[in-house]
Amino acid sequence: MVSLLSRSILHRLSPARAGTVSCCRGFVMTPEHEALKENLIKLIDKEINPKCDQWEKDRIFPAKEVFKILGDAGYLGISKPVEYGGMGLDISYEAVAAEAYARITSGGVGMGIGIQCDIATPALVKYGNDELKERYLKPTISGDIVACLGISEVGGGSDVAALKTTARRDGDEWVINGGKMWTTNGAQADWMCVLANSSEGPVHKNKSLFVLPMDTPGVNVHRKIEKMGMHASDTTETTFEDARIPANHLIGEEGKGFTYQMQQFQNERIYIGAGTIAAMDICMESTIEYTSQRQAFGKSILDNQYVHYKLAELQTELECTRALYYKCIDDYLAGEDITAIATMLKLKTARLARQITDGCLQFWGGMGYTDDVIVSRLYRDLRLMSIGGGADEVMLSIICKFMGTEPGMRG
Amino acid sequence: MASLRVLVGCKRVIDYAVKIRVRPDALGVVTDGVKHSMNPFDENAIEEAVRMKQKKVVKEIVVVSCGPTQSQETIRTALAMGADRGIHVEVPKGTEENLQPLAIAKIFAKLVEKEKPDVVILGKQAIDDDSNQTTQLLAGLLEWPQGTMASVVEHSDGKLKITREIDGGLEDISVNLPAVISADLRLNEPRYATLPNIMKAKKKKIEKMSPEDLGVDVTPRLKVLKVVDPPVRAAGDKVPDVATLMSKLKERGHI
Repeated sequence: MVSLLSRSILHRLSPARAGTVSCCRGFVMTPEHEALKENLIKLIDKEINPKCDQWEKDRIFPAKEVFKILGDAGYLGISKPVEYGGMGLDISYEAVAAEAYARITSGGVGMGIGIQCDIATPALVKYGNDELKERYLKPTISGDIVACLGISEVGGGSDVAALKTTARRDGDEWVINGGKMWTTNGAQADWMCVLANSSEGPVHKNKSLFVLPMDTPGVNVHRKIEKMGMHASDTTETTFEDARIPANHLIGEEGKGFTYQMQQFQNERIYIGAGTIAAMDICMESTIEYTSQRQAFGKSILDNQYVHYKLAELQTELECTRALYYKCIDDYLAGEDITAIATMLKLKTARLARQITDGCLQFWGGMGYTDDVIVSRLYRDLRLMSIGGGADEVMLSIICKFMGTEPGMRG
Repeated sequence: MASLRVLVGCKRVIDYAVKIRVRPDALGVVTDGVKHSMNPFDENAIEEAVRMKQKKVVKEIVVVSCGPTQSQETIRTALAMGADRGIHVEVPKGTEENLQPLAIAKIFAKLVEKEKPDVVILGKQAIDDDSNQTTQLLAGLLEWPQGTMASVVEHSDGKLKITREIDGGLEDISVNLPAVISADLRLNEPRYATLPNIMKAKKKKIEKMSPEDLGVDVTPRLKVLKVVDPPVRAAGDKVPDVATLMSKLKERGHI
């Protein structure tokens, strides 16, 4: 029994199986990756960062304006099909772009961009019919319309299978009833990729994904939610009352929605992992800069062994996490199933971000607590990572399924 | 309408945002593992050439860089901004520090012979050596008119109207073509490359050659004796009134 169990864990998680090397099979940083990152950062420094403080105060950023600038520069469809205006590049380029977006000083803006280019669209790309892609994917890639993702509900965020929104087939239309919660870009979106129960049956097989235009009668954006961080991102609660959409707004096959969404989550997790690591780099760099200059008790804060040793510990953790991120991209490009690794990446980056922002904030002292410095914003913004996009506890549950250790899986 | 051909120079230098550290041997600064980028004034030069191409004044932009293998990255940046093809004059790694303005000017003079451009645009100066000499030397070698520290460049009827930023203010000149120009920061705002252009740049041609291929001797004429950090700024003193200020200044021999 024990040997069977240990073999199954090894089979699912061990990185080094015969014939495989765990790194550098598919992922190589090319000059084009560097150029993408450098030029995207230039765009951000020119068009986005100067306005972030204002958008934080306004509690919203102008999505259409920002997405059009990014769309014109070709950054919204990096891995999307060329026939719909995308660049047709692989996920390593998307990940590098996510690293660049972490340079946006307002985390909420980066989050909104992530929804538009990586999180709301993968299922549409893979499974949507041509007409749907022409009308919704193409202008999303060009930055002419704003997308959002409707999965979580008031009744449940992490428990996706238990969602209550329904889609009832009526002639050549689907009728949507219910509501969604925690929707990023929800106040500005033109369409929502929405997951709903479309038939009777087991909860993993009775759901479908739809393209729901936000101006459909019956769709009501209830309120914009005021949050602890990610201030520039509009997060909304929406209700649907007999909202009717054409039959061909179904993405892919009826009943496969849950599976499609689980696949979409992998892209989301890579994007979050890449961006969070880059944000932690910024937190560490700015903290070293600040503490090297700040003087107290006759020397710089950084010159205290406790401080530079603690930062060394955090940096070591960060490098280990970065290696996990590269492995994730590498495995993906080699055609492996990355569900377990991407889930671990999400879990680890979120938890490390809490440790790093909390540890760094302490070293900034009083200044760190003010709105005048980046570390306080990073502390608030990155705290979301352990909750949104799948809470830590959900990640742990998924990992346990892979390890075969969840109750009921053994014996 | 588009008839002019432009040769633009760009140099790979330590990124302007990097904190420079003097090498232990005090003969230079640390370059290993340090972030490098295109010289900012050269970005202005490339940008001006691309704008002239967009206005259909220019039909071809050839970008040149002299340096080690990594200078190709700088050329690719220029290609992504809109240059058509590149020339990399390669020198062995570690010897790029010895490439001085006169050698560069001679290399460019040979390339002008080869490529026959109508305009050469260079950055005003490189931020590592701050020489501000190459444009002037090149103009002299070619016996071409020069418009240095340009903040405005306009083309009409085979002439260039240039506004120069000089100590006294702004100076307007008119030069006949062919001519050499050096770009100042206020000439334009360099663009960021779009992703389609970054990927297209991969396919653009970069020709490689050495200074020897051009028959140019790049032996340095100037020798660096010592490189030191600038003196640390001493703390100042606050004085209560002008009388005290005067007496302190006298005391310290400043007046």
